[in-house]
Amino acid sequence: MKNGTIALVGNPNSGKTSFFNALTGSNQHVGNWPGVTVEKKEGKFIYQEKEYDVVDLPGIYSLGAFSEDEVVARDYILTGDPDVIINIIDAGNIERNLYLTTQLLEMKKKLVIALNMVDEAEKRKIKFDLEELSKHLGAPVIPTVAHKGIGVGEIMEAAINAIGDKTSIENPLIYSGVVKHHIEHMEEILKNNNLPYPIEWTAIKIVEGDLNILKKLEEVNVDKKIIKDIKEYYKYHTSDSFELEIVDSRYAFAHKVAEHSVIRPLEEVITLTDKIDRILTNKYLGIPAFAIIMLVVFQLTFAIGEKLLGSFAASSIEGLGRLLEIFLIKIKAPGWLVSFIIDGVINGVGAIIEFVPLITVLYLLLGFLEDSGYMARAAYVWDDLMRRFGLQGKAFISMIIGFGCNVPGIMSTRTMDSKKDRMITMLITPFMSCGAKLPIYSVFIAAFFSKHGGLVLFSLYAFGILVALIMAKLLNKTLFKGDSSYFIMELPPYRIPTATNVIRNMWDNVSGFIKKAGTIIFLVIIIMWMLAVLPASVEPYSQYSILGTIGTFLAPIFRPAGFGTWQESVALFAGIPAKEAVVGTLGMLYAGQYVEEGVILVNAIRQHFTPLTALSYMIMVLLYTPCAATLGIVAKETRSTKWPLVMAIYTFAIGWFVAVIVYQIGSLLGFS
Amino acid sequence: MTKNLTSLGKGEGGRVNSIEAGRYATKRLYEMGLNTGALIKIIKNDSGPVIISLNGNKVALGRGLAQKVILEV
Repeated sequence: MKNGTIALVGNPNSGKTSFFNALTGSNQHVGNWPGVTVEKKEGKFIYQEKEYDVVDLPGIYSLGAFSEDEVVARDYILTGDPDVIINIIDAGNIERNLYLTTQLLEMKKKLVIALNMVDEAEKRKIKFDLEELSKHLGAPVIPTVAHKGIGVGEIMEAAINAIGDKTSIENPLIYSGVVKHHIEHMEEILKNNNLPYPIEWTAIKIVEGDLNILKKLEEVNVDKKIIKDIKEYYKYHTSDSFELEIVDSRYAFAHKVAEHSVIRPLEEVITLTDKIDRILTNKYLGIPAFAIIMLVVFQLTFAIGEKLLGSFAASSIEGLGRLLEIFLIKIKAPGWLVSFIIDGVINGVGAIIEFVPLITVLYLLLGFLEDSGYMARAAYVWDDLMRRFGLQGKAFISMIIGFGCNVPGIMSTRTMDSKKDRMITMLITPFMSCGAKLPIYSVFIAAFFSKHGGLVLFSLYAFGILVALIMAKLLNKTLFKGDSSYFIMELPPYRIPTATNVIRNMWDNVSGFIKKAGTIIFLVIIIMWMLAVLPASVEPYSQYSILGTIGTFLAPIFRPAGFGTWQESVALFAGIPAKEAVVGTLGMLYAGQYVEEGVILVNAIRQHFTPLTALSYMIMVLLYTPCAATLGIVAKETRSTKWPLVMAIYTFAIGWFVAVIVYQIGSLLGFS
Repeated sequence: MTKNLTSLGKGEGGRVNSIEAGRYATKRLYEMGLNTGALIKIIKNDSGPVIISLNGNKVALGRGLAQKVILEV
C-alpha cells in the first residue's frame, strides 16, 4: 500500500542528502560543496510499520529553470506531486534559504521545515524563535543536525502528520503594489479553467516572465484563448517583466520573517573558517596551498596504500596463487584449467585486487577533502587561471571529482548554467586521471621510479590538468566560441569530516572497484585469456595466438611511442571497457614467464620497458580513450552518440601524440 | 554615492543598488540574495574572484560579474 511520498527540498549544501541517508539508511554520496546531488534519488522510510517513499532532489536556490539540476527539482515538485515536502533550511543562512521556501508556499505545497545545522549557527551566536518562525511560515519548524541524526525522527513524525492533515494552506502575503495588481489581473484571466497547477502560482510565474510555464500550459491543452491572452501579456511585459521585483518581494518577506525570529550577534563572530580562509584563499598562497594539499594526498596514497598495505596484499595474492597451483597440480587438474586459474584469474584479476588498499587510501583522502569544504575554495583559487583557458572555477570542481572517477565528475557539470562551459568541461574531464588508472601507474612506478613514487604520481596528475587546460583553450577557440559564464559560488564553512561520510564515500568507490573486478574486468580477462591460448595448435601466449595476431597488427601504431610489443598494445585496448584491465592483461601475458622471480608483474615490466618507455606508456594511459562507463555517461548527458565518439577518438589521438613526443624527445636527449 | 563591488576594499560595503549584467546573470545574483537593498560586506578583493559576506555567509563572485554589481555606499 502506498502511504505517501515525502520530498526533500532545499538549497545546495543545506544537508538534504545527509537527511536522506539518515532516513532511508541508504548510502548516497555526501560532500561539503554546493552541487553534490544532481539527480533525484529515491528511497523508503518505514514508520510505525508503514512504508513511505522519500525523494531526495538536487539542491536549488530557486524554482526557476536555469540549470539542469534546477529543472530536475522543479519538474518533480510540479508533476511528481509529493504529499509533503520537507524543506531543509541552513540555519546559518536563513534569508536565502527562505527565498526558496516562499516559492514552495506559493505552490501551495504542504511543508515541514527542518532548520538544519543549528549547531553551526549556535557557534556563530545566532539564536532562533522557532514558534515565531513557524507562525510566519504556516508550517512546523524543527531544529536539526542531520549529519549527526539530531531531530531527524521528529521531522519525519511531523511530515507524516502533515500527510494526514486536510486543512488547506494559507499563503502568507508577499506581494504588494503594482506586482500584486498584475498577479491579480493574471489570476482573473486564468480563473475558471482547469489548470494543472495552483492558479496563484501560475499567475506569479507568468508575471515573473517565466517562459517555461507557457510551454507547460500548452502541453496540457488548456483553453486556446488563455494561451493567446498570456502571449499577449508577454508581448508587453517581457522586456520589463517583474521578475526582479518579484525576487525583491520574496526577499522582503524572508527578511521580515528573519527579523521576527532570528537574533544575530551585534559583532559577527570570527570563526575558524575565516582564519583558515585567510591562508587557503590568499592571493599568493592559494595555489601553492592547493598543490601542497594534492601532493600530500598522493604521497600518503603511495606511502600507506602502496608501500605499507599494498605489498601485503600483493604477497597474499601471490601466496594464494602458489598454493592454488600446487593444489591444482596435485589433484591432476587439466593443463588448460591450471593455466586459466593461475594466468587468467590470479595474475589477471588478482593483479587488480592487489590495488584495493591503494585506491582505498586515495578515496578516503578525496572523501575527506570533499567533506571538509575545501572543494569550493579550490574552485575559488582556480577561477582566475581557469578563465585564461576559457573556463570558470566551477569546472575545476568537476575536474577534481574526476580524480576519483570520471563518471560523477561528468555528472557534476549539471550545475553549470552555460551549455558551452558544460560541454568543454565534459570533454576535458577524462584527462583527470581516475582511481582505476592508479594500479597501472603503480606497477610502472614500482618498476622504475619507486624512490619518488608520490612525486611521480603527483606529476602525472598535474600533467593531466595541464593537458585538460590546453584542450579547454583549444575547444574554446574552435568548437565552442563565446564568453565563459560568470562565476558565483558559496564558500560553505569548513567542517571536520564525519567518519561515516568519509567511509561511506570510500566504500561506494572501493566496493564498485571490487565488483567491477568480479564482473566486467573478469569478463575482459577471460576473453583475453581465450584469445591468448587459442588456437590450440600454437604455443599459448605467443604472438601466434589470436590475441598475438591482433596485437602484432596493432603494435606498429605505438612503435613511435616506444612501446610497440603486441602485449602492450592489446593491453591498452583491453583497458577501454575498464581501465583496470590494462594491468590485468599485462599481468596475464607477462607474469606467467617470470613466476620464479618474486614480485612477478613488476619484474616483467622491468624486462620489457625502459624508464623512458614506461613514462610514455603511463602518459598514453593517462590521456587516451576513457573507459566505457565514462563514454556512456557522456552519451546520456549530451543525449547524443556523436560526443562520446568524438571523445573516444580525440583523446586517443592526443594520448598517442603526447606519448610519441615524450618518447622521441626523451630519446634525442639521450634518455632510455 | 554608488560604486561597483570591485572598487571597494576589504571591510567596506554597502547595499545593492542595481546589477548591470545580462538578464540571467542578474536574476541569478538576485536569487542568491544580492537583490535590491541587500547588505554586502567585502571580505576579500585583491586578485581572483571577490569574496563577499551576505548575512555572515561567504559568496565568491568572479571579477567580471562583481564589476556589474553596483552598491550604494
